[in-house]
Amino acid sequence: MAKLDPKIPAGPLQEKWVNHKFNMKLVNPANKRKYDIIIVGSGLAGASAAASLGELGYKVKVFTYNDSPRRAHSISAQGGINAAKNYQNDGDSIYRLFYDTIKGGDFRAREANVYRLAEVSNSIIDQCVAQGVPFAREYGGMLDNRSFGGAQVSRTFYARGQTGQQLLLGAYSSLMRQVHLGNVELFTRREMIDLVTIDGQAKGIVVRNMVDGAIEKYSAHAVVLATGGYANVFFLSTNAMNCNTTAIWRAHKKGAFFANPCFTQIHPTCLPIHGEGQSKLTLMSESLRNDGRIWVSKLKKDMREPNDIPEEERDYYLERKYPSFGNLSPRDISSRSAKEVVDEGRGAKGGDAVYLDFKDAINRLGKHVIEERYGNLFEIYETITGENPYNVPMKIYPAPHYTMGGLWVDYNLMSTIPGLFVLGEANFSDHGANRLGASALMQGLADGYFVAPYTIGDYLASAKPKKESLDHPAFDTVKKENEELIGKLLSIKGKQTVDDIHKKLGRIMWNKVGMGRNEKGLKEAIKEIADLRVEFWKDVNVVGTDKDINQCLERAGRLIDYLELGELMARDALERNESCGGHFREEYQTPEGEALRNDEEYAFVSAWEYKNLGSWELNKEPLIYENVQLATRSYK
Amino acid sequence: MAEKKINLLVKVWRQPSTTSVGSFVDYKISVSPDSSFLEMLDEINNDLEKKNLEPIAFESDCREGICGTCGLVINGQPHGPIPKIATCQLHMRNFKDGDTVWVEPFRAKAFQVMKDLIVERSGLDKIIAAGGYISVNTGSIPDANAIPISKERSSIAMDAAACIGCGACVAACKNASAMLFVSAKVSQLALLPQGQPERTRRVQNMVKVMDELGFGSCSNTYACEAECPKGISVKNIARLNREFILANVKSDNIEA
Repeated sequence: MAKLDPKIPAGPLQEKWVNHKFNMKLVNPANKRKYDIIIVGSGLAGASAAASLGELGYKVKVFTYNDSPRRAHSISAQGGINAAKNYQNDGDSIYRLFYDTIKGGDFRAREANVYRLAEVSNSIIDQCVAQGVPFAREYGGMLDNRSFGGAQVSRTFYARGQTGQQLLLGAYSSLMRQVHLGNVELFTRREMIDLVTIDGQAKGIVVRNMVDGAIEKYSAHAVVLATGGYANVFFLSTNAMNCNTTAIWRAHKKGAFFANPCFTQIHPTCLPIHGEGQSKLTLMSESLRNDGRIWVSKLKKDMREPNDIPEEERDYYLERKYPSFGNLSPRDISSRSAKEVVDEGRGAKGGDAVYLDFKDAINRLGKHVIEERYGNLFEIYETITGENPYNVPMKIYPAPHYTMGGLWVDYNLMSTIPGLFVLGEANFSDHGANRLGASALMQGLADGYFVAPYTIGDYLASAKPKKESLDHPAFDTVKKENEELIGKLLSIKGKQTVDDIHKKLGRIMWNKVGMGRNEKGLKEAIKEIADLRVEFWKDVNVVGTDKDINQCLERAGRLIDYLELGELMARDALERNESCGGHFREEYQTPEGEALRNDEEYAFVSAWEYKNLGSWELNKEPLIYENVQLATRSYK
Repeated sequence: MAEKKINLLVKVWRQPSTTSVGSFVDYKISVSPDSSFLEMLDEINNDLEKKNLEPIAFESDCREGICGTCGLVINGQPHGPIPKIATCQLHMRNFKDGDTVWVEPFRAKAFQVMKDLIVERSGLDKIIAAGGYISVNTGSIPDANAIPISKERSSIAMDAAACIGCGACVAACKNASAMLFVSAKVSQLALLPQGQPERTRRVQNMVKVMDELGFGSCSNTYACEAECPKGISVKNIARLNREFILANVKSDNIEA
């Protein structure tokens, strides 16, 4: 088993990052332009890293599969971004944000990383305001805050229901400024399909030009992956259609360990599935839980209209089970509770949905206040469902939303491949087994603006990596392998479409590697996924050629990786004989049905090393808690 | 749940590449009224792939109306018949059984068709690169509450900042003008105190690049506002014009 060194700096928690920054080596300003850095992904993490590194003077290349960097999926985040500003004087502090995040993650995240995240959170808000991000304000002109799940303070900054959009456009504008200044070169409609390593170090990438199909090679001193999460392994998730695991998965197969793959977040407030033709699921921001009350009927198979169910026959189950946090209980707990009541047959009209009701809030605050807070979300709801949530309670149900797992990184956000850095949702580092709301935006921007620019500089100054020529045979080998892979895909000419097979995978994942997992189901899933992989390579039909825009080929390429990742997720879930956060093993629960953690045996990060197809070696990074006491997470 | 499907004749613009000639192709589909418009196209594509025929190329990503990737002209209107939504938010319950639906790409001089319904909109990025930002480096920044900004001002700036960069305004305009897009960014930053130092340069540089890229001049028909999925107001264009005139009167770029 390889030794994993998280490189956590010595010293007290509060001084680690400060001291580490001082101890890092610096690149002379005049030398920075001699270094090339590749960044894959243009979401919050990628765009902020690219802008910041460009400002420092490095030569940056940014790759995105979209037509514009502004399309990245960060843009869809609705509710907000956390920071420990304590502007509300309600007792917030860096330490409290740190503690809430560690606890919210069910004590499966690294203390030092999470503390740093909380520490830089305040600078993020300053940075975004300086860029012109129009956060919500109070009449006195000061910034407004609201509450999110898993916290008892108001620390969430927001821009209506479009916080992700405004933060991304802020980072995008800084990125485009660097493009204009010539420090960043932008490559749109390029999909990274492989990592090039030479002597075990990351030296470049191979991408597919999605317009003409050419396989292109790029070389650099360091490679940064900021390519987001892999929830689309479920086929139906709240992720954008193009979100995929290809960049990190192919890097994994080149030697980057994959950490905690089974830690997936099922978001409690999404719109229910309408039918077989459903292409993706839509999230309704968790911020709605500030004022909406979640309930189901006390009766099974209650087919009455929700407004006809009298108050005394309603079960506000979150308020009943978790009186301290109520409707703002963390996501994993809220999702699981929804599944429980639906499994009991008490879902909305007997179906897979629960009610999110604003009647009391409208009576208390007036319709105009609710409209001001959530107007655009209510409009989205009505557009999609045809029902008006001012009059009829919303119907919601959990859906795959975020993946806490990702490539293993050390404190410097470097993977097990020297020179390969991983930022944002693509890494595993800060959210443990469950992410709190409004923390994804925080982490993406923390990594990109305030962590990677330092740690990448340190790597370049201390490791002094060499940039390899594109003529190096390693580039051509990787290019050729991928051309052959594409050729193979196009030659199968089977009977099933790519989506047919992806939907089959999604059903296995949702039923057996979803909200509730057990040994039997996971073992079945491992076998079924391996079988489905064989079926894919025999029977898929990838239409078209490799010489022009071919979306069918794009989807097929991504599905290859999901079919391998899905198996690893099931193996990881099987290996972890405990319940924690988003990972709920049905065998391990308290008599009240709460997650039962096993700190004695499982207080570690599972970091999987790829060996062969269907074969991995598990490496463990022990999680050492020097500051917080491991406690049973209680929101009662 | 037993669902009633609606039957449609969908006429879709097919064009193999930028240089080839395109035409409408007919597809018959029976679809759930709860499906979205793009899910309807997904279903057509799945059927085509089953028959080993090339699926219709169209772009979409978030399918929640915020990323700005999708953009189709449906029955002659960018983003279809329902106001203030993007194509991905249009649902089939807005069509009747037996309807014929025409689907085309955004058409504008500055937006080249790449394949079928996909167009190239990188011109919009180039306009932003010319000045659609506040030149502030990461780090050297005051506390976020150091500059109070009134709720009203911040709210009007947010109205403008809501632009998703889809390009429907350009497609809707008979002159293929990008004035609404440009004015939204100029307004957002001109309204905020942080945007003041570059206020003059910004509007001049963005308008210059907009003109160079072949976007037309404002047609004053307000078609852009009518088709904008985010309801960006033409008042922003009025503000852009004021900003532009003012900038030319008191330009900071003093020529020697």
